[in-house]
Amino acid sequence: MSRIVPSRIIKNNAIIDDEWTLVHLAPPAEEVVRKQAGKVVIFRITGEPAATPEQIAETVIPDTGKIIIPLTVWLARKDALSARFALGEIGVWLDSFEPLEELTGSLADINSLPLIAINFPRFVDGRGFSMAALLRTRYGYKNELRSIGDVLRDQLFYMKRCGFDAYAIRADKPAEEALASLRDFSEPYQGAVDNPLPVWRRHARVAHHALAGSRIAMRHEDEVD
Amino acid sequence: MYIYDDIDQRNIDERVAQYRNQTRRYLAGELTDDEFRPLRLQNGLYIQRHAPMMRIAVPYGLMNARQLRKLADITRRYDKGYGHFSTRQNFQLNWPKLEDTPDILAELATVQMHAIQTSGSCVRAITTDQFAGVAPDEIVDPRPFIEILRQWSSFHPEFAGLPRKFKIAVNGARNDRALVLAHDIGLELYKDATGEMAVRVFAGGGLGRTPILGIKIREHLEWQHALTYCAAILRVYNLHGRRDNAFKARIKILAKALGAEEFARQVEAEWAYLKDGPNTIMQAEYDRVASFFKPDRYAKLPEHDASFDAAVAANPAFAAWAKRNVHAHKIPGYRAVTLSLKKTGSPPGDITHQQMDAVAELIERYSFGELRVSHEQNLILADVRLSDLHAVWEQTRAIGLATPNIGLLTDIICCPGGDFCSLANAKSIPIAQAIQEKFDDLDYLHDIGDFELNISGCMNSCGHQHVGHIGVLGVDKDNSEWYQITIGGKQGSDASLGTVIGPSFAASEVPGVIEKLIAVYITHRTDEERFIDTVRRIGVAPFKAHVYAKEAA
Repeated sequence: MSRIVPSRIIKNNAIIDDEWTLVHLAPPAEEVVRKQAGKVVIFRITGEPAATPEQIAETVIPDTGKIIIPLTVWLARKDALSARFALGEIGVWLDSFEPLEELTGSLADINSLPLIAINFPRFVDGRGFSMAALLRTRYGYKNELRSIGDVLRDQLFYMKRCGFDAYAIRADKPAEEALASLRDFSEPYQGAVDNPLPVWRRHARVAHHALAGSRIAMRHEDEVD
Repeated sequence: MYIYDDIDQRNIDERVAQYRNQTRRYLAGELTDDEFRPLRLQNGLYIQRHAPMMRIAVPYGLMNARQLRKLADITRRYDKGYGHFSTRQNFQLNWPKLEDTPDILAELATVQMHAIQTSGSCVRAITTDQFAGVAPDEIVDPRPFIEILRQWSSFHPEFAGLPRKFKIAVNGARNDRALVLAHDIGLELYKDATGEMAVRVFAGGGLGRTPILGIKIREHLEWQHALTYCAAILRVYNLHGRRDNAFKARIKILAKALGAEEFARQVEAEWAYLKDGPNTIMQAEYDRVASFFKPDRYAKLPEHDASFDAAVAANPAFAAWAKRNVHAHKIPGYRAVTLSLKKTGSPPGDITHQQMDAVAELIERYSFGELRVSHEQNLILADVRLSDLHAVWEQTRAIGLATPNIGLLTDIICCPGGDFCSLANAKSIPIAQAIQEKFDDLDYLHDIGDFELNISGCMNSCGHQHVGHIGVLGVDKDNSEWYQITIGGKQGSDASLGTVIGPSFAASEVPGVIEKLIAVYITHRTDEERFIDTVRRIGVAPFKAHVYAKEAA
């Protein structure tokens, strides 16, 4: 598994230096390659275990600074990290197959976390969109919500609409160009997290067809009669 | 039909700009094949056997003359002068160049057309009854409702990366012509006890490798909640649908694994949070969209037309066409007409640019300038006056679109198959043609009566073979093409999936097998019984016995 460590991120429509360090799980003792129908299985089913107890125990956390730790590590070492948590140095990241409720259930107030990140193992895995939407709407999360992993510019507009406000663009891609994609569409149809109103609650849509429609009907009559 | 406002137009113009940029980056090597694939797919572009294949959306199968002329023009300028109408009521180009595809989309945008979400793992183009708005058995015209769904599902941010494709069909008539039970979501519109429009919700249906009929998860949903309810279904699917195996990733597999009750419970639990939210459809928006589909353009005509009756009596060829290709209409003095794209010798669903231009003339003259596409891959003039039928017949005959075989054995549903499609295991068009050639006696075809013969070149089942009275499926065995035959499938409200009759056949054997199956039907049928009724009554065994009987020594 490649370590993706971006030093600059997009946040609130600008490129800024990242003050957070992303902590990865220790690699498993044995890398199991699963295959189905002859193909390597990339995605895990929602709810599959994310890490073994050994992995969690062996994950190394930097002693100082702001860190984003895996959900499984957070759940296992919450008490040991309470002081740093109180200082606002702890953020938590979830993988796309991890149940959101394990995080929300571990905190009295979800907004006591300054940062939550959601991993996109591959950019086509759209679970992160629903997870973000749920965090923002159902769980009332208001702080930084960051996409990490296989984050590419062509998904940014969707991510923004689902409630992300920070994006760690994959390190080999220019973040400057990605910024433009946040503005791909100016009047999306449906209500979403960034604007809950569908287009027909945002604007008084008027049917302009009255004129055009009668013109078409008249032409038809002219030709037939 | 629905006409775009500035907001609709801006959305498709911005989509073209976005796709143009993505294609530029791909051609410049800034995007890999894997990175570009879902982007092009969600703009209708497949990379196929010979060239890219581009699937252009015809929302709920409805288009106008200007759009049809544009399609003809595009096939002339960017393709080989012909195109293909598919079982998704869409239009497909077989030979566009990848570099040209942004220009093709820009051309389409000038006539309010696009290729948004015609493929890819997202909510696909929504389909319905080709007789929507004109069918005598219609309870609710589904088109305004579908247009609202279409807009809502376009670029839906939360459902842009589903485990697999997601198909929605809507039916508003007593008889289901939209295959709602064979879709990921099937919606049936009806009037409830208070006279209000309501929605019956089915989910988890689908054809493909594992054909399953949808389950009813809600009997009564107030129409205002359709978007939030669909969102709840999609959210449950997005989070819990399998992504570890593409063959098990459709919602039908999830619904089956959870069981109908538990699946419905999860949807309802999710919906409880979304219900009454801002995406609840406003009456004003429904009325705005519905105003484009008002039935106020019809002339007051007599129920009968003497010239039509006389022509039927005098001309057997016209009478045969009128019997098969002309359909009842809810307005007196009007009829719907099906133009057959199933002429023996042409691939089912194919149409040339000359034919498209000629049909554009016809619809302007005889049918309010509008055309429908059916999932059976034919074209429909939905609003023709009785007194114009003879002229329409003559003019469609002149362009080869008046084959009087609608609903008969030779009106075959057929995917492009191994001749074009890189997914296919076997060819399908030559099979269709061989069957059409075998059954070239029109009197015999009429005697066999209502028949649905569906052919797919692979498990993906674009040719809907599972719901054909006879289904033919191309399979690959040791690198050669074989065909598996099913019987007893049916679309509609009493849909069923066909049963495999036995071991597969070589291509050359298929027409003979069909002939034997028909012979069993002819022997056993009672008066008024269609092939499907006979299969349901006597079962598969007599058919199987005759087809696989050893030749007498």
